[in-house]
Amino acid sequence: MSTILAALNGALHEAMARDPRILLLGEDLLDPYGGAFKVSKGLSTAFPDRVLTCPISEAGFTGIAAGMAMRGLRPVVEIMFGDFLMLAADQILNHISKYPWMYNGKAQVPIVIRTPMGGRRGYGPTHSQTIEKHFIGMPGLVVVAVNPFCDPGDLLRTAIEDDRAVLFIENKALYARAVQAADAAGRLKDLYVRKTPDPYPTVSLSYNDFTEADATIVAYGGMAELAVEAAHRLLMEDELSCELVIPSRINPLDTAPIAHSLRRSGRLIVCEEGTATGGFGSEVVARIVTEEMALLKAPPARVAALDFPIANTSTLEQAVLPQVEDIVAAVRHAAADGRLQSTAPRHARSGDMR
Amino acid sequence: MNLLTPQRALPWQAGATAFPKQIAPAIGRPCPKSRFSASSGTERERLYATMTLIRRFEETLLDLFDRGELFGTTHCYIGQEANAAGVISHLGADDIIFSNHRCHGHFLAYQPSPELLMAEIMGRATGLVGGRGGSQHICHGNFYSNGIQGGIVPNAVGMALAEKVKGTGGIAVVFIGDGTFGEGVLYEALNMASLWSAPILVVAENNRWAQSTPIELELAGSMVDRGRAFGIESGEIDSTDADALYAHFGPIIEDVRREGRPRLEVIHTYRLCHHSKSDDHRPADEIDRYRAGDPLGLIQSRLDPEMAAQIEALSAEAVDRAVEWARRQPFPAPETAFSGHEAADKP
Repeated sequence: MSTILAALNGALHEAMARDPRILLLGEDLLDPYGGAFKVSKGLSTAFPDRVLTCPISEAGFTGIAAGMAMRGLRPVVEIMFGDFLMLAADQILNHISKYPWMYNGKAQVPIVIRTPMGGRRGYGPTHSQTIEKHFIGMPGLVVVAVNPFCDPGDLLRTAIEDDRAVLFIENKALYARAVQAADAAGRLKDLYVRKTPDPYPTVSLSYNDFTEADATIVAYGGMAELAVEAAHRLLMEDELSCELVIPSRINPLDTAPIAHSLRRSGRLIVCEEGTATGGFGSEVVARIVTEEMALLKAPPARVAALDFPIANTSTLEQAVLPQVEDIVAAVRHAAADGRLQSTAPRHARSGDMR
Repeated sequence: MNLLTPQRALPWQAGATAFPKQIAPAIGRPCPKSRFSASSGTERERLYATMTLIRRFEETLLDLFDRGELFGTTHCYIGQEANAAGVISHLGADDIIFSNHRCHGHFLAYQPSPELLMAEIMGRATGLVGGRGGSQHICHGNFYSNGIQGGIVPNAVGMALAEKVKGTGGIAVVFIGDGTFGEGVLYEALNMASLWSAPILVVAENNRWAQSTPIELELAGSMVDRGRAFGIESGEIDSTDADALYAHFGPIIEDVRREGRPRLEVIHTYRLCHHSKSDDHRPADEIDRYRAGDPLGLIQSRLDPEMAAQIEALSAEAVDRAVEWARRQPFPAPETAFSGHEAADKP
């Protein structure tokens, strides 16, 4: 079984062999190093003239890649840590995502900006964040997040072939994890799997072939596996049956698979590794409440990082980042229709950072 | 062959993955150089025609603002016309121009279609980009502009590198101002342009004022030395004389093209109008001093007065026609705001 790292690396090798317009730009890409997380390993050996290892200039090389994309090339940019995306934020906001619409279709910017995101590896406050929420709702930018239940290589190939600008988020804890594909019968161990036919699919998982559910857990990227683990515990310990909805494209977001599941469960829990305030969960909850309120039997809940920086040391990192227990508690709380005050989700008592 | 081998002419083309020719765009694009050389009159008369078109256009814009026919903002090029005429008249159909917020003069030197620019600034559907970009965000053929200082420079470097990869022989010219030297991304772009031998000419129009801030308060050291620090051949010219600027930039542009290397050239000039509209607090005696170097006056004094008057009349007529045409153009229907992002909903 392929790891997510191998799937991404393989997709880049395959895409670059097929399409000479593809160039790679980023920091420390050359072999033998092959990029900080090794997604670019072997590419500078196989395609020495198309891998540009860059100075520490995120705005500069992202902007250069944008210019290349506007003139017929297909650049793939690697930002070494997702936290560094903010250094290229002006390029993404005021250049890359603007040009196609602002120029009334006279230019396209088919660029992929890949970046490892997330914590749980002890990298500390500026190398562990999950910040894609700041890029959600930016017109003209597609935001895709890798998860183990949807072939990451397929996602990356789709992104490279997309004529639009794609921000491609890879939770760094996922790299060593296995790709978990459903079998021909649509089963993954004891789970039933459904996948929307979109190029950036939403995967839905159920323990009972989508016949009934006590709760719908929406989770993307690195939170998907934690949500599956939580669902398993809830089934074993509480006999609660959860459906999981795992979108691979988080902007623009298709809420139809979420609403579809809520018709069975009526209870919504949204998970993300970034901080709660103004996040992915805020958007999903707002969309569901304004568009599908009648489906909800209980107040929706968000499971997210507390609004604090992520510490280097593991006890503090774990205290801030959302854990399996938080998802379990949020589902129990929702399943009791909000009556179990003692297990209310942690973010509800996080308070302000002082 | 590694891309980073310095001073290589076309590094990408050495490998087995040479860029397929069919990807090179084959659309019809303006060619300023051939249009310039095919125009009637002497070189000086042609430069004067370009400059008077720009001057008349900008004066008309300010007038339209005063009369409430335009909304939003604009940044006029009055006083700097010789730069656009002197640089852009050398550029070919494969060359790229990336301009900034003060882009009208550059556009009109690239493509003398004042009606398309006027319709754009008036917000009309038939403007250069359908009214979406207005004064400072336009695109036409190989001409691009954006209203963000600094960020356009890496875009232009990337475009120059793309033309090098494709082997079109095209170069990129990016126009910046003295104020742009305050943006860090400029130096990131210069560094990589030098590392990777991008065929790009950075034209820095030092008009001595960044909006309301004089250069003494915004720039330390030397602009030219900043280019040289990256190993980029850099020079400067202190002139508003179109004859001199045209002669100066011909060999520079051919050098960039032939050597496939970046170049920085600073033009010390002066903006004779306000930064945008009614926001001029510069000393009156300073403006008067520079008015003596008005680029139109310099060339006019060397032309036959009758010929000069004829050129001025033609430019005025072209701008008047452009205004009349643009006024008759429709505004875009509200629902068209949503086109161009349809694909975002269904990949």
